Amino acid sequence: MDKVSDRTTRRGARRGAHRASRQGLRRAFDRAFRRPAHRPEGQVPRRPEPSPRLSRTAVRRERKVRLGPLSHLSHAALVIWTILVVVPLAWTFLASFKSEDEIFSGAWTMPAAPRFDNWARAWDQAHVGQYFLNSVIVVAFSTFGTMLLGSMAAYVLARYRFRGNRAIYLLFVSGLAFPVYLALTPLFFVVQNIGNIPVIGPFLGLNTHGGLILVYIAYSLPFTVFFLAAFFRTLPTAVAEAAFVDGASHTRVFFQIMLPMARPGIVSVTIFNVLGQWNQYQLPLVLLSGEARDKWVLTQGIASISTSAGYDADWSALFAALSMAILPMLIIYSVFQRQIQAGLTAGAVK
Amino acid sequence: MTHGRTRFIAGFLVIPVLLYLVYVISPYAQAFYIAMTNWRGVNANPEFVGLENFRRLLDDSVFWTAVGHNLLLLILLPLGTISIALFFAYLLNAGGGRRGVDGVRGSGFYRVVFFFPQVLAVAIIAVLFQQVFRPDRGGMLNGPLTALGLEPIGFLSDPRIALWSVLGVLIWQAVGFYVVLFSAGMASIPQELYEAAQIDGAGRVPMFFRVTLPLLWDTVQVGWIYLGIAALDAFAVVWVMTAEQGGPDHSTTVIAAEIYRNAFDYFKFGYASAMGVVLFFFTIAFAALAMRLSRRERIEF
Repeated sequence: MDKVSDRTTRRGARRGAHRASRQGLRRAFDRAFRRPAHRPEGQVPRRPEPSPRLSRTAVRRERKVRLGPLSHLSHAALVIWTILVVVPLAWTFLASFKSEDEIFSGAWTMPAAPRFDNWARAWDQAHVGQYFLNSVIVVAFSTFGTMLLGSMAAYVLARYRFRGNRAIYLLFVSGLAFPVYLALTPLFFVVQNIGNIPVIGPFLGLNTHGGLILVYIAYSLPFTVFFLAAFFRTLPTAVAEAAFVDGASHTRVFFQIMLPMARPGIVSVTIFNVLGQWNQYQLPLVLLSGEARDKWVLTQGIASISTSAGYDADWSALFAALSMAILPMLIIYSVFQRQIQAGLTAGAVK
Repeated sequence: MTHGRTRFIAGFLVIPVLLYLVYVISPYAQAFYIAMTNWRGVNANPEFVGLENFRRLLDDSVFWTAVGHNLLLLILLPLGTISIALFFAYLLNAGGGRRGVDGVRGSGFYRVVFFFPQVLAVAIIAVLFQQVFRPDRGGMLNGPLTALGLEPIGFLSDPRIALWSVLGVLIWQAVGFYVVLFSAGMASIPQELYEAAQIDGAGRVPMFFRVTLPLLWDTVQVGWIYLGIAALDAFAVVWVMTAEQGGPDHSTTVIAAEIYRNAFDYFKFGYASAMGVVLFFFTIAFAALAMRLSRRERIEF
C-alpha cells in the first residue's frame, strides 16, 4: 500500500514538473499533423476551414451551426454559476458603501452617495486594521517556519537512510488522518503550560502570537513533510553527489543545491500553507481568547463582529470589514491565480 | 564524514520533530486519556472514570442530532459538489468544439471565477452569507422577495431550512476547487480515446460515462474523501453563520460545534474529549470505507 502510494506520488510530481513542456509539445504536434490527418471520413466539414481573413461574425455563425443547442445550455449553466459566485461578493461590496438606513430599506438599492467613512470606521473602530496586521505577522512567521523546518525534515527523510527514518516519516504522515477537534482541548492546556515556563513562557503561551505561530507550524508539518519528501525523492542525485565530491557539507548541499532544485514543489506548498494559515479560524479561536482582542487575527475578528453583534451593531462597518478581507485576496488571486490553483490542487492530486 | 552525517541528520530533524511531538502528538495522545476522566472546569482534579463519558454520550440527544447532521452532510456534500463539479468540468473540457472534445469558449475565465471562493476563509464566507440570508429587507435574497410582496424565507431562522442553507454554502465554496481538480484530470486523458469513441458513434453524454468518468475515477475518489472529511468538520460555517451557533433549536449543529461548546463554553473537558474520540473513529471509518467501496481496477493510460 505504501509502496504504491509512493510510486504514484513520485509519478505525480514528475508529471507535474514536465507537464507544461509536454503539453506544449503535444499541442504543437496536434496543430501541425494530427488533427487534419485524423479527421473521421464522414465528418469532413462541407465548408472549407475558415481562413484567418474571414470576419469574426462569420466565424461565430459557423460555430453556432456546428454546436447546436447544447452549447447554449452549457453556456447558460456556466453563466448561472458565475452569477451565483459573483453576486454575493459584489453585493457585499455595494453594501459597504451604503448607510445603515440604506442597507435596511432595500437590499439592492444604490447608495445615494458612497459612504467611504464605513471603511474608515471598520479599519479603526472595529479594529480590522489591527486584525489585518496581526494576520500578516502570524502568517509571515508561521509560513516561513513551516517551510524551513518542513523542507529540512522532508529532505533528510527523503534522501538519507538511517535507523528510525521510516518511523519518523510515518509519525508525520499520520498527522494527516487526525481531525483537529480531537486535539483542541489538550492543545489548549499544552499551550497554557508552555506559557508557565520561565523566560520563554510569556512569548509562547496562550494569547500570544508566538504560541499561535508554533501551533500553526506544527499542524502544517504533516502535509508539508509528506509532499516535499515525495518531491525530494524525484530529484536527481548526480548534482548533489558532484557537490559532495567537491567537498561541500551536507548543510550546504541542502541550502545551495537541493532547495533551489525543489523550487516548484516549495512554491506549491508555500501557497498551500499561506492560504491555509491565513484562513484558519478554529485554532486562533481557542488560543487567542477574548481577553486578548488586540492579538486577534482577521477571520476571528470579523466573525466576532458578526456573532456578538446585537441591536447596536455597526452593519455598514461589517460590510466594509468583509470587503477588506475579500479585496486583497481577490487582487492576490487575480495576479497569481495559476500558481494558486496549482498549489491548492497539488495536494489533492498526490 | 559519517560523524558529520549523523550530526546533520539529527540537527535537521530535532526541531521539527520536537515541535510536532509537543503540539500535535501529545495532545492527541492526551485526548484519549482525558476522554476517560470527569474533568470539568479549569482547576478541578480530574478522576479516571473509564467509559462513563461514552455511556453518557449514548443518552445525549443533542450529540446524536449533531451526528445525524454530520452524516447527512457526509452524503449530500460530496454528492452535490462532485456532481456539479463534474458537470462543469466536462462542459469546460469537452462541451464545445466540433467534435465535442474541446472546451467551451471562455473556459479559462469560468475556471478562474469558479475557483475564487476557495481562496476565501470559511469564516469570512460564513459572515457574508449570514447577511445574504438575512430575514429582513436588508437580506440579499429576502430583500427582493419582500419587495415583491412574498413571505421572506427563514434561511437561518427556520429549523427545517437552516441545515440546507449550511449545505448550500459549503457546496458554493467547494465546487470551484473540484472543477479545477477534475479539469486537470480530464486534460490528461488522451484525446485519441475521445476520438475513438466518437468514431464508434458515441455522443457527449455516453462519452462522459464510458470514457471520462472511468478514467477520472482516482481523482473523484480523492475528492470524495476530501469532501467527506470537510463534511465531518463544517465547524466554521455552523459556528459563525447559524443562529445560536448550531441552532435554531440545534437544527444545524455538528459534532465539532458540540465539542467546542462543551469544552470552551461548559468547560466539560472530559466529555468534549469523548466526543472528539467518537469523531476520530467516524473519520477513520469513513476514510477506510470510502477507500474500500470505491476501489476499482486502476486503468492505466
